[in-house]
Amino acid sequence: MMSWVWFGLIALSVVFGICTGRINQVSQAAISGACDAVSLFLVLLAAICLWNGLMRIADKTGITGLLQRLLLPVTKRLFPNLAPGGAAMKAISMNIAANLLGLGNAATPLGLQAMSEMKKKAGATNTATNSMATFVVINTASLQLIPTTIAAIRIKYGAAAPFDILPAMWFASAVTLCFGIAAAKSMEGRPKRRLCRSAKNLPP
Amino acid sequence: MFPGERTVFNIASFGSYLVPLVIVAIIAFGLFKHENVFELFIGGARDGISAAFSILPALVALMTGVAMFKASGAVDVIVSALAPLGKTLHFPSEVVPLALMRPISGSGSLSVLEQILKTYGPDSLIGRTAAVMQGSTETTFYTIAIYFGSVGITKTRHTVPAALSAEFCGFVMSILAVRMFFG
Repeated sequence: MMSWVWFGLIALSVVFGICTGRINQVSQAAISGACDAVSLFLVLLAAICLWNGLMRIADKTGITGLLQRLLLPVTKRLFPNLAPGGAAMKAISMNIAANLLGLGNAATPLGLQAMSEMKKKAGATNTATNSMATFVVINTASLQLIPTTIAAIRIKYGAAAPFDILPAMWFASAVTLCFGIAAAKSMEGRPKRRLCRSAKNLPP
Repeated sequence: MFPGERTVFNIASFGSYLVPLVIVAIIAFGLFKHENVFELFIGGARDGISAAFSILPALVALMTGVAMFKASGAVDVIVSALAPLGKTLHFPSEVVPLALMRPISGSGSLSVLEQILKTYGPDSLIGRTAAVMQGSTETTFYTIAIYFGSVGITKTRHTVPAALSAEFCGFVMSILAVRMFFG
């Protein structure tokens, strides 16, 4: 699926680039986009090292375990295939907490850690498990409680009360999140039933 | 809900307090538990290096495509093509560029948001809708690409359709929510 999205993006760019006479810019963008990826990678490398290091301390001192237990009533329903108290569940809990607090820099490294823990459990496969899909869909919905970046932009353009959109935003986010989870859960069984079962029967 | 500038700025700077406070709290708790926090940190950060490198290929793939897409002017063409459809669905056409940019590029959608706020004002219905849209959705493709890319998952199964339908739900809900709260 991602192959088609990726191809679609590039094919559309080439077609529109030729039609609008901007093929020159498109050709430059191919290289500059790759360069942007590397500079973003450097930022992420720093963030990942920082939060991985802090996560190790939090793990050892039991902070992640505590957080994991706090969120368990929700997470055990979202991820029934993952062991409560396991490394994957801990990383997922930390990721959700970081998302809620708006620590975007921390949420991605913690999310990647959760993915790698789930991958360890799934074994050598290139197919997403139900838990992975649910987790990624949750991360593609926004959980942020205080949107500081957006508020800053609204202040810049003279908003009277930059946070007056919060109730509307929370409402829209909550509905979107529930919709996303429901969509992910309802699509789980459909494509390949056998695959889901075998994912469930894997050793923990 | 947030009267007075003072309150507003206190909450706006909340994020600036949070990161340092979380960092110091984690380290302080580690010391309190008599752990060798420096050594633990170094070990975790070292493992982070390989984790970080595993996302680079997916990052290059996606951001090359997104940069080409932005440069091609496709967004403008698609927006004008969608305008009549948007009108029949009562989808404000002013926010369509944001809806198109949001799933593929975080920085791209922020600059579209700035453009909308500059043109229509942050306290207009359109400005508010755009801000809510930016806040209640995420850079879907970026998230999918790096999360799965980092662990070598290529068959994402139902992730893309589920995430995209949620993204669309987010756009519709942003419009409805702003109408509900400010309409």
